[in-house]
Amino acid sequence: MGKLVIQHQLVTPEKAEALIKLCPFNAISYQGDKLDISSACKMCKMCVRKGEGLVTFEEEVAPTVDKSQWTGVCVYADCSGGKLHRVTYELCGKAQELAKVTGHPVYALLIGYGVEACAKDLLRYGVDKVFVYDQEELAEFRIEPYTAAFCDFIEKYKPSSILVGATNLGRQLAPRVAARCRTGLTADCTVLEMKENTDLVQIRPAFGGNIMAQIVTPNTRPQFCTARYKVFSEPTPTDAPTGEIVPMTLAKDALASAIEVLESYAKPKDVDIAEADVIVAVGRGASGEAMRQTAKELADLLGGVVACTRPLVEGNIFDAKHQIGLSGRTVKPKLILCLGISGAVQFAAGMKSSDCIVAINTDPAAPIFDVAHYCIVGDVNEIVPMLMKKIKENGNV
Amino acid sequence: MKILVCVKQVPGSNNVEVDPVTGVLKRNGIQSKINPYDLYSIETALSLVETYGGSVESITMGPSQAGAVIKETVCMGATHGTVLSDRKFAGADVLATAYTLSQGIQKCGTYDLILCGKQTTDGDTAQVGAEVAEYLGIPNVSNVLSVDDVRDGRVFVTAGLDDKNVKLSVAMPCLLSVDSDINTPRLPSYRIKKSLGEDAVRFLSFADFDDQDATHYGLTGSATQVERIFPPEKNDQKHTISGDPAHQAEELFGLLRGKKLI
Repeated sequence: MGKLVIQHQLVTPEKAEALIKLCPFNAISYQGDKLDISSACKMCKMCVRKGEGLVTFEEEVAPTVDKSQWTGVCVYADCSGGKLHRVTYELCGKAQELAKVTGHPVYALLIGYGVEACAKDLLRYGVDKVFVYDQEELAEFRIEPYTAAFCDFIEKYKPSSILVGATNLGRQLAPRVAARCRTGLTADCTVLEMKENTDLVQIRPAFGGNIMAQIVTPNTRPQFCTARYKVFSEPTPTDAPTGEIVPMTLAKDALASAIEVLESYAKPKDVDIAEADVIVAVGRGASGEAMRQTAKELADLLGGVVACTRPLVEGNIFDAKHQIGLSGRTVKPKLILCLGISGAVQFAAGMKSSDCIVAINTDPAAPIFDVAHYCIVGDVNEIVPMLMKKIKENGNV
Repeated sequence: MKILVCVKQVPGSNNVEVDPVTGVLKRNGIQSKINPYDLYSIETALSLVETYGGSVESITMGPSQAGAVIKETVCMGATHGTVLSDRKFAGADVLATAYTLSQGIQKCGTYDLILCGKQTTDGDTAQVGAEVAEYLGIPNVSNVLSVDDVRDGRVFVTAGLDDKNVKLSVAMPCLLSVDSDINTPRLPSYRIKKSLGEDAVRFLSFADFDDQDATHYGLTGSATQVERIFPPEKNDQKHTISGDPAHQAEELFGLLRGKKLI
C-alpha cells in the first residue's frame, strides 16, 4: 500500500539526528552519512509528517476489490456442545447497527452438529439468514473442517464484514480463515462503525491501551474482526423473528482432520469474574489480609465476586483467574467497586465499560478516578466497613 | 524431534502516549525484552526434547537488534535461532507478519513441532500463530495447557476451550500455541552466555526467501491499514464524593441505592 522513501539529497547530520529522535520505534539510523530505516519501523509515518521532507511516503496502487460484490454483515455463531456463547448475541446486536448503514442483510454462520435449536435462537436476535453446517464430523471443534466450512460459506455468499467473538475458539478460527482469504483481521475491537462505502471501521486499544488505533481493511474482502465478550451490549430478542435458516453441506473430503478429539470434559468449576453482575476489585492499596476479608464479605453481601489487579496475582495473593485487565479478564458488571486500585491503563482497559464504577483510593491523582463514575478520596479501611454497615442496616436488594 | 519456537522482541514497557497537541507519539524508554509469553513455549520445547530427544531452534522477525532475544533462547537451551530482518518487512500487520514467518520457517529445514506463545505484550492479538499454521498448511491448536505425550508421529495435548477442556491427538508436524503459566520457565544460563559464538544467531532477509514478490511483505503485503491513532477518551460523567469517611459511605450508599444497585 505504500513505502517510505528517504530524500538523501536533503539529509544533513543535524537533520538526521533530529529525525532519529523523532522516531518512536528507534527505526532510523545514520551511519557513514547514510540515513536508513530498519525493520523496526511500524509505519506510523511520524517521520513523514514531522521530518521536514526528509522522508516521503509513496503510495502504491493496491489491487482493489469490487466491494459491490460483497454484501452482508456476518456473525460467526460461537457454538459448543449445542450451546451458543453469549458473545454471539452481542455481536448480532452490533451487526444490525452496522448493516443499517449500508442496507446490507445480517447473516450468521453456524457450524456444529445437532444445532437446530441454536439456529432458531439466532433468528430471534435479528439475523436475516442463518447459514448452518450441521454435520456429525463438526460435532467437536477441529481447526481444519471448521476452517473449510467457514471458507465454503465465504466463497458462496461473499459477506462484506465478519464479526467473530474473541473466545478461545474464535481466536484460532478467525486468523486461520482470514489467512486463507488473504484478508485483514483486527483483534479485540472495542468500537465498530460502518462507512457508507462498506469499509468497517475497527477501533482497538494498542500499546496496552495507552493509545487507540482506528483500523480499516480497504482493499480486501471480507473484513474480519474479533471482539471480546461483554464489550458490546446484548440486544433484546424478538418473539416474531422474520429471518430464514439456510442449510449448508460441506463435502466429505473437506471434513478430514489431523486432529482427533480423545476426550472432552468440563473445566474445573471456577468463579468466572466475567459473568458477575457485581465485582469488588482490590488493588495494592487493599491487599492486606483483613481488607481482603472485608472485600469478600462486601462481595457476598452484594451477591458479587472479588477480583484483583495484576500485582496481586504476581504476588501470589490471588489466582490469575481473578485478574481484571488486558492480561486478565475483561469484565462489564453492573457495579464494580475498585478498592485501593491506582488504575493503570492495562487494568482500566479490562473494566471501563462497566455500567457503574466506584473508586476509593487515598491518592487523589490516581488514574482510576479518570474512569470512575463515583470517586471517593479516602481510606478503604474506614469507608468500606461503614458502607457495609449501611447495607446491612437497610437490607439489600 | 526438532522443535521451532517463534519468539518476539517487545518493548520493555507500553508507556507511550500521544501528545494531544502535535499528535506525536511520545516514547518513554526504549528498552526491549523477550515477549514474556514466549518463555512458556521455550520451556515447553526444552522439556520436551529432554524427555523425547531432539533439538530446539528459535525464530523471530524484527530489526537486527532482535538477535538479542534469539541469544536469550540459546542461553536457555536452544541450539541456535534465526532473525528475519529486512526493511521490506517493515509495517507488517498480522497477515504479512505470519506470511514472512512462514517463509522463514521454510528455510529452517524440516521440523516436527512449532511452538508459539499465547500472544505478545505489544501487538496483543494472539493471531499470528494460527495464520502461520495456515500458510504452512499444518494443523494448529491454541490454548494448550499441557503436552502430555509424543509417540507414533503424533503429539497428545490438553487444550482449553471456553466451556471445556479437550484432550487431543494431533498428527505432526503441527503448531501449538501454549497458554501462559503452564510451567516455570528456566533462567538463561550464564555459562552458555559466556561462551556464545557467532553461529548462535543467523540472519535471513527477503533475498533468502523463496517468494520474491515484495508485495507480499511488510506494509504492502498488509491487508489492514491504521487510519489514525488517538488517546483514549476520558470519562466526563464523574461525581466526586467528599466529606468525612462516614459521610462518604452514606452518600455512596444513597447513590447506589438510588440506582437500584444495592
